[in-house]
Amino acid sequence: MSEIMTGPEVNLESWVDNIISKYPPKVAKKRRRHMVVREDGEAGCSQTIEANTRTVPGIITQRGCCYAGCKGVVIGPIGDMVHITHGPVGCGYYSWLTRRNMYKARDDKKNYMSYCFTTDMQDHDVIFGGEKKLAQAIREAAQIFKPAAISVHATCPVGLIGDDIHQVAKDMEKETGIPVMAFSCEGYKGVSQSAGHHIANNKLFTSAVGKVDEPQPEFTINILGEYNIGGDAWEIERVFEKCGIKVLSTFSGNMSYFEMEKAHNAKFNLVMCHRSINYLAEMMEKKYGIPWAKVNFIGPESMAKSMRKVAAFFNNDELTKRIEAVIEEEVENAKKGIEPYLKGLEGKRVMLFVGGSRAHHYQSVFRELGMEPVVAGYEFAHRDDYEGRHVIPTIKVDADSKNIEELKVEADPERYMPAIDEEYRKRLEEEGVLSNYDGMWADMGGGTLIIDDISHVELERLILDFRPDLICSGIKDKYVIEKFGVPSKQLHNYDYSGPYAGFKGAVNFARDIDMLINNPAWKLARAPWKDRSFLNASLNS
Amino acid sequence: MAENHVSTTNACKMCTPMGASLAFRGVKGSMPFIHGSQGCATYMRRYIISHFREPADIASSSLGEKHAVFGGAPNLKKGILNVTEKYNPEMIGIASTCLTETIGDDLKMITTEFLSEFADLDLPHLVTVSTPSYSGTHLNGWKLAVRSMIEKFAGSSPALTADNTINIFPNFLSPADIRLLSGIFREYGLKTMILPNISDTLDSPSWEEYINIPEGGTSVNEIALAHRSGASIEFGYFHKGESAGSYLEENFSVKNYNLLPPVGMRATDALLSAIEEITGLERPQRFVNERGRLIDALVDGHKYINFKKALVYGDEDFVVSMVSFLCETGVKPVIAASGGKADLRKRIEAICEGFCPCPLVLEDSDFDTIEIAAADIKPDLMIGNSKGFKISKKLGIPLIRAGFPIHDRFGGQRIITTGYEGALSLLDLIVNTAITTLQEETRVGYGYM
Repeated sequence: MSEIMTGPEVNLESWVDNIISKYPPKVAKKRRRHMVVREDGEAGCSQTIEANTRTVPGIITQRGCCYAGCKGVVIGPIGDMVHITHGPVGCGYYSWLTRRNMYKARDDKKNYMSYCFTTDMQDHDVIFGGEKKLAQAIREAAQIFKPAAISVHATCPVGLIGDDIHQVAKDMEKETGIPVMAFSCEGYKGVSQSAGHHIANNKLFTSAVGKVDEPQPEFTINILGEYNIGGDAWEIERVFEKCGIKVLSTFSGNMSYFEMEKAHNAKFNLVMCHRSINYLAEMMEKKYGIPWAKVNFIGPESMAKSMRKVAAFFNNDELTKRIEAVIEEEVENAKKGIEPYLKGLEGKRVMLFVGGSRAHHYQSVFRELGMEPVVAGYEFAHRDDYEGRHVIPTIKVDADSKNIEELKVEADPERYMPAIDEEYRKRLEEEGVLSNYDGMWADMGGGTLIIDDISHVELERLILDFRPDLICSGIKDKYVIEKFGVPSKQLHNYDYSGPYAGFKGAVNFARDIDMLINNPAWKLARAPWKDRSFLNASLNS
Repeated sequence: MAENHVSTTNACKMCTPMGASLAFRGVKGSMPFIHGSQGCATYMRRYIISHFREPADIASSSLGEKHAVFGGAPNLKKGILNVTEKYNPEMIGIASTCLTETIGDDLKMITTEFLSEFADLDLPHLVTVSTPSYSGTHLNGWKLAVRSMIEKFAGSSPALTADNTINIFPNFLSPADIRLLSGIFREYGLKTMILPNISDTLDSPSWEEYINIPEGGTSVNEIALAHRSGASIEFGYFHKGESAGSYLEENFSVKNYNLLPPVGMRATDALLSAIEEITGLERPQRFVNERGRLIDALVDGHKYINFKKALVYGDEDFVVSMVSFLCETGVKPVIAASGGKADLRKRIEAICEGFCPCPLVLEDSDFDTIEIAAADIKPDLMIGNSKGFKISKKLGIPLIRAGFPIHDRFGGQRIITTGYEGALSLLDLIVNTAITTLQEETRVGYGYM
């Protein structure tokens, strides 16, 4: 469509220099550190990227706020709780059912996903304080819904006027007899939604996990950082159950408060979204001795690999056999399902700018589909999500991160019970199975480009200069990308489709990607009268 | 909120900066800018985009904890510079938020300071509006932003002669409705200054080349001439200090016509009469025919919908104008609900006078309250935005989608409700919804209604 159509032969270093030169000098210097042209071999190992730093004001960013990370991402999906937004009406409204995390009510029939509950703060509350209104709102939530628990989420003005939401929560928990968790997740905290994840993790760990001891079967796991977008968690659960493995709690897609209280009774934690939930995994390991492994459920190969980590952990021949049998059967079915789409997808180039983990998770499934991820980046990840966890000790803690509390956790004297012995744990750690995440760029070799917290202008330059076949992003970029004639896949809400995880999900994904790329509208996008040769040819024939 | 609850369950309104950002989008080469935490811009963008299915950039000053303590001015200034450099806008429309209003950032002062600090640069026009999210609704934010643009620009142009231009302050209508309205004025041979004009900026064709800011919208130069227009026509209810039309009337003697949004027969009649009163022009034959067709359809459709009970909800102006139309069709509005406050009862009573009894009016309400009322009154159909779907599903009442936001159906930006044409299109929807119910409920299998 455009004359600038160039392709992969564009020199990446000069492309980066060029885009940077368009910024004012100070901004240019800052943005340069968020872009890395990957190199192979040792040179690649010593590369670093800057991430999790403050967004430049006025640059149109994909990022959200602390409240979005806490209420919107981690706490919101818990379905039998009422989540109260303490603040003006907007924040609650805009986070109302917008993330497609699905929930099925348990036997108690409690499901409050479709509710948006807010104190709808007015001038009066900002001037005189909102504590009384909040207390009354909690009272009403308890009376109307009788939920399993209640959460309170602070928005910007709450911290500024000094409402003590934690005291209100404590008092109201006593009064109503329903657990009330308060989160100081004011939007201005931290640099993105990432701060909100951490705040949410801390509170879940101190106030919910560990409340109810209940012995569990030998092969019991938790899944952390899986939000059941489009039903992903259900497909993952289906596969594990088929293997004879019990999924006790999933943080926090399709999560019931009561399951969260028991989560520490599981033997093993699987971490899907490293960014949003690694804090909880680490704290649970320290306190209860539950080891964790990073997994990826997207695409048949990654799914199988993740299942083999579970097999390695439990180290039980019977279980391993069952897992292998399930893998064989499911992979075969998935391959059959995917096969018809491969021809239309082969060799297509993809860019991914999404989330704090998703831009990595989807790379392997694209490779399985014969496609090639060429440029990628996260919205709100930290350096370890790019470079791997080994860089954590070297990450500089800046003022923004310092304000988010790091909990001091010690082993529980009675309940610290690792399911495997220390020697085997060490071995698995050395093999990279446990407590390990190599980050996105382990999968992005020389000649690829990584851009952290991409801005709008950068995205537009990428489209014009590289003409990718597909860009994976979120709704905020989707229509910009498609205006340019490039298909766009939303990896936050799956364009209202899904599930994409697991074996069955992979088939859905292949189908949807094929549908996007091979949409007949792309062939019609250029009006025939704009193309003289086409006209002549038609007229002469 | 039901039974005198202080909490709001399933709000029927959005916050003020949302409306301001939307209104700023209707100016040529304009970039809306929210001074606050970056989450505000992100949340509102995703909401606007899911309705319009269009790019909707809103810049942000991305305030952090430090700025919440020491003030957001430095970030706002940096942000304006960066937006200017990257997007080269003609105007930046800056709206405040609960955060920046609570810490007391004064937008007017900061931008004045900014303009003198960077006087050597070629800077865009800066318009500011105070929109604390804890005060009013998105509709108030919209009106305040329009008023602020008129206050800023009108009279700033030295043009001397009035031309046959009419100012239109259309309020929050769909891009398709704005196109339809401007067509009405074109038919009379009149020029218009529509503020804001989102007809292209939020409903643009696919692009063939890189576009910095979506094309379309009313230019600052046109707004600057608003004080020379023959008259202003504004739709909706305005609280004190919100009406751009009144401002022009008070300061520049441009006569202001405050009308109901032109939904339905009477409101459209009033609009055409106003145009004719202003200009002395004759009614074009096209509208005589359109009006005739609408009457014809009202007669034809009446038997299917008379006495059907309707629940209408949404922003305050949408609700009043929709009730006005329903009265004319024979449909009986039974609940009229809004999250906003705009003297609703009195206005709805006046509109229903002579047509039907006044419905139950719920002002400053939420969907929880609406649901309780609906369960009691059992309407046959609902008209409003996507947020009523939960009630529609639970109580089994068909929902006709109109207003904002519509994110569970396709084409929200193309829905027309105004003029005789819009009324016809709405009438078809309502009649067909009634027929569908009839057809599905019958056991005889009617295929010929």
